[in-house]
Amino acid sequence: MLSHLPILQIVVPMLMAPFVLLIQPARLAWALTLATSTLAFAIAINLIPLAAGDSAMIYPIGGWDAPYGIELKVDSLSVLFLLIISGASTFVLLAGYQSLGSEIHEAKLNWFFGAWLLALAGLLGIVVSADAFNIFVFMEIASLASYILIAGGPNRQALPAVFKYLIMGTIGATFYLIGVGLIYIMTGTLNISDIATKLPSVVDQTPILVAAGFISIGLALKAAIFPMHAWLPNTYSFAPNMVTAFLAACSTKIAIYVLLRIDFALFQSNLTGHLLQFKVFLIPLACMAILAGAYMAMRDSLAKKIFAWSSVGQVGYIILGAALVSHSGLTAALLHSFSHALAKGTMFIGIGLLALQAKSGELSSFAGLGRRHPLAAIAITIAGLSLVGIPGTAGFLSKWLLIQAILELPTGAVALLVVVLLSSLMSVVYLARFLETLFFPPAPAEGKVTLPLGATAILLAIAFASIYFGLAPTLPMELATQAADNLLGYGA
Amino acid sequence: MTEIFSVFLLILLVITAGAAIRTTNLFVAVMLMGIFSLLIAINFFLLDAADVALTEAAVGAGISTVLFLGALAFMNEQEREQAPKRLAGLISVSITALIIAYATFDKPAFGDPNAPAHQDLAPWFLETTQSAVDIPNVITAILGSFRGYDTLGEVFVVLTAAIGVLFLLDTPSAGNMLKRDEGLRHYLIPRMVGRLLIPFILLFGLYIQFHGEYGPGGGFQAGALVAASMILYALLEGQDRALEVLPQRVLTFLMAFGALLFGGVGVIGILNGANFLDYSVLSSDPVAGQQIGIILIEAGVGFTVTGVLLSIFHAFVARGRTQ
Repeated sequence: MLSHLPILQIVVPMLMAPFVLLIQPARLAWALTLATSTLAFAIAINLIPLAAGDSAMIYPIGGWDAPYGIELKVDSLSVLFLLIISGASTFVLLAGYQSLGSEIHEAKLNWFFGAWLLALAGLLGIVVSADAFNIFVFMEIASLASYILIAGGPNRQALPAVFKYLIMGTIGATFYLIGVGLIYIMTGTLNISDIATKLPSVVDQTPILVAAGFISIGLALKAAIFPMHAWLPNTYSFAPNMVTAFLAACSTKIAIYVLLRIDFALFQSNLTGHLLQFKVFLIPLACMAILAGAYMAMRDSLAKKIFAWSSVGQVGYIILGAALVSHSGLTAALLHSFSHALAKGTMFIGIGLLALQAKSGELSSFAGLGRRHPLAAIAITIAGLSLVGIPGTAGFLSKWLLIQAILELPTGAVALLVVVLLSSLMSVVYLARFLETLFFPPAPAEGKVTLPLGATAILLAIAFASIYFGLAPTLPMELATQAADNLLGYGA
Repeated sequence: MTEIFSVFLLILLVITAGAAIRTTNLFVAVMLMGIFSLLIAINFFLLDAADVALTEAAVGAGISTVLFLGALAFMNEQEREQAPKRLAGLISVSITALIIAYATFDKPAFGDPNAPAHQDLAPWFLETTQSAVDIPNVITAILGSFRGYDTLGEVFVVLTAAIGVLFLLDTPSAGNMLKRDEGLRHYLIPRMVGRLLIPFILLFGLYIQFHGEYGPGGGFQAGALVAASMILYALLEGQDRALEVLPQRVLTFLMAFGALLFGGVGVIGILNGANFLDYSVLSSDPVAGQQIGIILIEAGVGFTVTGVLLSIFHAFVARGRTQ
C-alpha cells in the first residue's frame, strides 16, 4: 500500500469532494472535509522517509510507464510542499469552523467545502506530477477552486478582486500552456525528465526560446512576482478570512515551485545564457518586490491588506534566494517558503478569529481586541516576530540562511544585504503598528464574546510551531537541503 | 486543395475574431464567437483531428453560446465605450502574437513525417493500442487509458466550474421561482419542430457516447449533446417543466456520480494490486479489462458533463426569477 501513497495523496481529497457536495448538514460536511484533509496531511508525513535523499518515488499511473503514460514523482522538494499545502489546509479547517460559519451562508457550505477539497487536491496534484501537461490540468482545478473560495465571502468587494485574479490567472495558465505546446512541437513528449533528455538537440531553436519566456512569465504571473502582483493584495484582503489563511500559506508558493522545477530541470542546464538572464532579471525584481511590499504594508489601513502586501515582499525573499542559483540560496528560499507559510497562516487565522469581533476589516476595528483576547494576540505576535525574523523563530533561520547565501556572492552582496535589512526594519514598523492597535487602546465596551476555545488552542499551537521549528529546525532544514540537491541535480 | 481551403478558413477566422473584438453589441459578439468556434472546428477537422473538432463544435459553438446568451439576458446588451484601454490591449496582444509567430520560425514544416511529435511516442501509441487495448480509435485509447489521469483531471475541472456557478448563483428549484416560465409553449411551429428534433439529438448523443471507441466521440461530446437536447426542451416548454423532468438535485447527483464513477474505476485498480487507473485488472483478460474500463470512465465523463452543463444553464436562466 505504501507504494500507492503518491496517488492517494491526490485521489483521497479529490474523490471526497463529490461526496461532500451531496452532504447537507454543514457541520458534517466540515467534519468530512477536515477528516480528508487530515488524512492527506498524514499521507504527506508518511511520504517524508519514502522520498528522502536521492531516491525519488516514481508512480506510473495506469501501469503505463513514462513517457507514454503520466507518472508521479515524489522527492524531497515535493514532500516539502506537500507538507505545506496539506498542513495549511488541515490547521485552517481545524481553527476555522466558526469563522467560516459566520462568513458563508450555511445552505451553501457543502459547495464551499467541495471547492476547498478540490483546491487542496489541485495544489497537491501540481506538486507530485512529473508531466508538464498534467501540471496544467491540476493548475486549472486548483485555480478554479480558489476563485470560488475567494468569491464566497460576504464582502462584495471580493467579486471584482477575484474577477481580476481570474483574468490574470487565466492569462498565466494560458502562457504556461503555450510554452508547453511549443516544447511539445520540438520534442514530441510531455514528461519533464524525457523533455530534459531530448531538449539538448533542439535547444537553440526559436520555439524553445519562446517557450522558456512564456512559461516563466506565465508562472511568474501566478506566483505574483513583482511587477505581476497586482491581483494579490485585494484578493487576499476581501476573501473569507480562513480562505486567506489557506491560500496565503501555499497558493503562490506552488507557482514558484513549478517555476523552479521546470526552470532547473529544462532551461538552466540547456539554454545558453539562461543562468545569467535568470539572475539579471529576477534579482532586481525580487528586491523591488521586497521593498515595495514592505512599503505598501506600512501604508495600508486594512488589517488583512497589510499582511497581503507583506506576502508580496515575502515572495520576493523566496525569489531572491532562488535567483542566487546556489545551493545555499535555494535552501534558504525553500526553508523560507516553509517558515513563511507557517507564520502567515498563523497570522491570518489569528486575524480571522479576532475578526469575529471586529466590525470591519479596518485596522481601527481591531483596537483593543488584544487586551480582551490575549491568547490569540500572543499567537499573532509570535507569528509577526517570525515574519520579521527575530532570533528564535523559524523566520529568523531562513532569513539568516538567505543572508549567508548573499554573502557568498562575489559582487553586489552589500546592496542585497541593505535591501534585506531595510525591509526587515520596515516590517518591524508595520507589525508594530498592528500590535499597537491590538494592545494599547482600551478594549471596546460592547459586544463581549469569548473566542471559540478550540480554535484559539489550535492557533497557539501553530504559533508555537514557529518557535519550535526556529529552535529545532532539523526536519524542514533536511528537507530544504535535499530539495536544493534535487533542484540542482534534476537534469544531470 | 485542402491547403487553399485551410487558408481561406483561417482568413475568415481572423476576420471573425476582429469583428468580435470591434463590435460593441454583446449579442453580436456572442454570435461571432459561435461562428469563430465553428470555423476553428472545421480547421481541426481538416487537420484530421476529428475528436477535437467534434468537441469544439459541440461545446464551443453550441453550449458556450447558449450559456453566454443566458448570462447576457441579465446585462445591458451594449458595451460601454472604453477607447484608451483598447489601444493598450491591442499593442500587448500584437506583441504576444508576434512573439508566437517568431516561435514558429524553426518549427517542423506542416505535415512533416519526421517532426518530433511523430517520433517515439506516436508509433508506440499506435502499436500498443492495437495489442493492449484493441480498439480502432487510438485517440480514445490515449484519452481513456494512457493519459486517463489527465481526463480524470478535466472531469474535475468541469465539476469545479459547476460548483462555482451553483455556489455563487442561487440553486434553482421549482419551489423558489416567482412565476412560471412558459418558454415557447404558445408558439406552435418552433414547438412542433423542436419536439421532433429532441429525440434525434438525444439519440445522436448516445451514439457518440457508445461509438467513441470506433469513431470520433466520447463522453465530453456526448454529454454536451444530451445537455443540448434538454436545453432545447427547456427553451420550448419552459424551465419549470425541464426542472420537473430533471430536478436540480438529480443533476447535482449526476455530476457527482459521474466523477466518482471515473475515480472509482481507478481505485478498483489499486484494490486489485495494480496501479491507479489500470483497467487491465477489471477482467480476467487484460485487453477486455481495458475496454470495460474505457466504457465505464467514458460513461462517468458523460454523466458529469451532462449534469454540469444543465446545472450551469438552469442557474443562469433561473437568475432573476428566484425570490
